Amino acid sequence: MENLASFTIAQVKAGLRTKQFSAVELAREALRFAEAENPKTNAYIGLSAVLAETAAVAVDEKIARGEDPGLLGGVPVAVKDVLSTKGVRTTCGSLMLEKYVPAYDATAVERLKQAGALIIGKANCDEFAMGSSNENSAYGPVRNPIALDRVPGGSSGGSAAVVAQGTAVASLGSDTGGSIRQPASFCGVVGVTPTYGRVSRYGLVAFASSLDHVGPFARNVEDAALVLEAIAGRDELDATSAFAPVDDYQTEMRKPVAGMKIGIPKEYFEGLEAETGDKIHAGLDVLRKLGCEIKEVSLPHTPYAISCYYIICTAEASSNLARYDGVRYTARAEAATLTEMYARTRGQYFGMECKRRIMLGTYVLSHGYYDAFYLKAQKVRTLIASDFSNALAGVDALVAPVSPFPAFKIGEKMADPMQMYLSDIYTITGDLAGIPCMSVPCGKTAAGLPVGMQIFSGHFKESTMFRVAYAFEQAGGVA
Amino acid sequence: MQFSKDDVRKVAKLANLELTDTEVERMAHDMAEVLTHMEQLSALDTSSVEPMTQVLYDAPATASLREDEVRDRTLLGTEEALRNSALSGAGHFKVPRVIER
Repeated sequence: MENLASFTIAQVKAGLRTKQFSAVELAREALRFAEAENPKTNAYIGLSAVLAETAAVAVDEKIARGEDPGLLGGVPVAVKDVLSTKGVRTTCGSLMLEKYVPAYDATAVERLKQAGALIIGKANCDEFAMGSSNENSAYGPVRNPIALDRVPGGSSGGSAAVVAQGTAVASLGSDTGGSIRQPASFCGVVGVTPTYGRVSRYGLVAFASSLDHVGPFARNVEDAALVLEAIAGRDELDATSAFAPVDDYQTEMRKPVAGMKIGIPKEYFEGLEAETGDKIHAGLDVLRKLGCEIKEVSLPHTPYAISCYYIICTAEASSNLARYDGVRYTARAEAATLTEMYARTRGQYFGMECKRRIMLGTYVLSHGYYDAFYLKAQKVRTLIASDFSNALAGVDALVAPVSPFPAFKIGEKMADPMQMYLSDIYTITGDLAGIPCMSVPCGKTAAGLPVGMQIFSGHFKESTMFRVAYAFEQAGGVA
Repeated sequence: MQFSKDDVRKVAKLANLELTDTEVERMAHDMAEVLTHMEQLSALDTSSVEPMTQVLYDAPATASLREDEVRDRTLLGTEEALRNSALSGAGHFKVPRVIER
């Protein structure tokens, strides 16, 4: 099975159908490969052999009976370690949850299982999904499989790395400010942040509830759309999950793009590295040749997005992380009184970035500062969301870079949190507006580092976004 | 914007978060830097803007609110809910003594 590292979902299905291999063989090979690769990248926090092999047995039985093994039947996948997996340790990259074993599956995980996917492991990530480089994991940083001295991006760095290195065909991540798209761009894979409410967050360990999204990573657009189709749709266990029907992405994305209007937000082409800009412009040329009409648009409140985002996300994080108090979630520091026990447990088991965000969030919500920071940020969020609805009223989709630069060196930005926060400038806006957005590979720099092109569309118009991405990919993308 | 070590200690107390002296020092520096950046929002006039408190609501295509009905569904039993607790007993979470006798 030497092709495992480059398998697409369609190739896995064809291999199973024509009996080139069984699902059990595939599961074992994927697990062996993941174990062998992990010392290089540290992309997995843990492997789930029993889960994968049990699912594989069921897939093989279905195939033997002549039944459909499911949309993702026999496909080896990984799941970011912030998604709850029943009976399989879920650490969130934190010492706080080192021994935490969920009693239930996240809905997205349950739907993967129902679709026949083989979950081979839990992907490493920044602690509680807070970070842009995967250096904030208590289980060590993830190294980028394309360049081992560089970060894979974050916070879903492990989920991107496993797909890039080939140990999983697809994976799930979560995106609060770019945590799917930025690592996808750094590792040269496809990453999708669907509309807010498109995928249930039940069982996703909460970071910032008005911004958290669950979405897929894959090696091509078709696979990413397939995984999204498997996990999307209303879930009664998540009150924020939407009733809107899920499109038939496989049909919709194959529609031609000639005549589509693509907007390029001018603010997203200021202050980025020249090589990244060149690649995105080359990508726009490909779309132009496919018959798209490219026009400049403006998202005027972009300069305020970082401040707006880091106020809202830290406020929500400080509230969500209050539950880790030494009572219900395994870790506890000994102390004589209850309040000392709370404070000591949190001081001992949270990493520095979590502490920083809890502190910022507590401050912006505190008496006397709420109006100046939190309420103000919510108003600015309205302006940023309106920027997008105004721009998308005149075009079908927006195209921009994902990150101002490609993967940076491990350790390069750790000393200065503000510099790290500023690197999220092009991705946080999509989360603030709640619209679908994705990263699709758009060539490599002279040093061989992948660049990602970002595509945005309107609420619940994932089909439009996939259509642009699929046409771009089928046309050969950018070298 | 200035952020003193005493400011850090005050907020840490509100957040039930024990910090070491080194962390207090680092935090004072980082919070001053980040909050200074955040203060740029005050330059925007938002007097006629409504805050965005929900991402999607009310519009039929984005509806996410169900009818308010009671559902009889127990997701976790007591034993399962307690399984991840730091300390439990007699069907309860156990914590250090709160009230002195």
